Amino acid sequence: MTDERAPVPALAFDPDLAWGVHPQVALRDESFGALAYHYGTRRLLFLKSRPLVELVSSLDQYESATAAIVAVVPPEQRPAYRRALARLAASEVIGVR
Amino acid sequence: MSVDAPIENLPLRQRFTRGLDAPICLTWELTYACNLACVHCLSSSGRRDPLELTPAETLHVVDELADMRVFYVNIGGGEPMLRPDFFDLLSYAVDHKVGVKFSTNGTRLTAERARRLAGMDYVDVQISIDGALASTNDAVRGEGSFAAARTAMDNLAAADFGQFKISVVVTRENVTQLDQFSTIAESYGAQLRLTRLRPSGRGVDAWDALHPTADQQRMLYHWLLERPDVLTGDSFFHLSALGEPLDGLNLCGAGRLVCLIDPVGDVYACPFVIDDEFLAGSVRQEGGFARVWRQSDLFRSLREPQSAGACASCGSYDACQGGCMAAKFFTGLPLDGPDPECVFGHGEDALAARGSGPAPVAAVGHSKVDRRGVPLPVPTPVRFRTPARA
Ligand code: SF4
Ligand code: SF4
Repeated sequence: MTDERAPVPALAFDPDLAWGVHPQVALRDESFGALAYHYGTRRLLFLKSRPLVELVSSLDQYESATAAIVAVVPPEQRPAYRRALARLAASEVIGVR
Repeated sequence: MSVDAPIENLPLRQRFTRGLDAPICLTWELTYACNLACVHCLSSSGRRDPLELTPAETLHVVDELADMRVFYVNIGGGEPMLRPDFFDLLSYAVDHKVGVKFSTNGTRLTAERARRLAGMDYVDVQISIDGALASTNDAVRGEGSFAAARTAMDNLAAADFGQFKISVVVTRENVTQLDQFSTIAESYGAQLRLTRLRPSGRGVDAWDALHPTADQQRMLYHWLLERPDVLTGDSFFHLSALGEPLDGLNLCGAGRLVCLIDPVGDVYACPFVIDDEFLAGSVRQEGGFARVWRQSDLFRSLREPQSAGACASCGSYDACQGGCMAAKFFTGLPLDGPDPECVFGHGEDALAARGSGPAPVAAVGHSKVDRRGVPLPVPTPVRFRTPARA
């Protein structure tokens, strides 16, 4: 019943830049994590864990995505979260500030 | 629908079926009035219901949706553009960050209105046709309806609206025209959207004669697999049992991800099950829409794990989940068994076994004439009974 489409992988994700939730994106908390809707691309995406939602929402408090990951995510999980952010960047849920 | 981030797909799907804080996909039918009389109309539309939500009530519903962070609504009808307050509602919704995707037959989409729409953010327009030629289309939607829809498309294009959608319900008659539909869409830079014919509303009567044959369904599946850019509203997921799953969540979202607000404010599990059995409440009740969505007994029970019934032994259950609840209900099949269009033919077997049994009759609903073409008097809507508000 929805028409959302997989994002086209685009933009390289540079974790050393400062990132934040894209200005055209709204997040809605859900038990599994959050839903993200991009009003520009009209795409709906899922953030599939609470920690990922916390990481995404805290990005704008750090000078780089790497700094946010180091502050928020335990070491063994960092690669997975870096990949998750890269995917969110490709679908413009997060953008460079 | 796309899925991101590092957790498996399956647990998420299970969590979805337990329901969300607010629907992902909310359909809101603004009026039962329609100037066409399509033979397969899911809502048996025709005449306005005197109890339709007032303009003030519709704005209140938008406030609620904004509070619940419903990102967008799918507006339909009837023909929504027949409501005199249509544009007021549209502006109010987008001002409150509730995006609007609306479906129209195009008859009221004048050049001036197209320009107005082009000036609005967060509004998507979907124009319905059911044939790539006037003859095929007008046989279902009525004389002159194809020309009217094409004029609406021309108006949107002339107004630089941007990418609109052309929406087609796939039938036995038009399934041979899929490439032609693509060509029409391309000629406008529009997106093609194909959806499934369900035996709902007046479609109960039309379904037998119009639903695609088994061979046509297989052809459609392969056609769709090759064209991931064609939108389907996830409506063909029963075809995913044929092999590689089609793009989308592949589950029945009724009452879990999806619901319908009808013109009088009644809330149903999905736009294709306008029947007492799937009526969850009314936005006019205390607590409004949010309370119905979060607390109604019906929605709660739909969010419980469902039995797979006769589908339990099927190797494709994970892909198909037994198909569409509405299609089963209105063909008189058990809800925990195969879809009437099960790709392995189990639905046809079940239909044959059901014989002339208790298939629900087509709802005349708000049609202007009954099933024999005799004009109907006053509307007799199925309605949730609530004490009148003081
Ligand atoms: S009942 Fe059918 S149309 Fe409605 S949500 Fe379920 S699968 Fe979709
Ligand atoms: S038997 Fe049931 S689960 Fe299997 S393909 Fe048919 S409808 Fe789908």
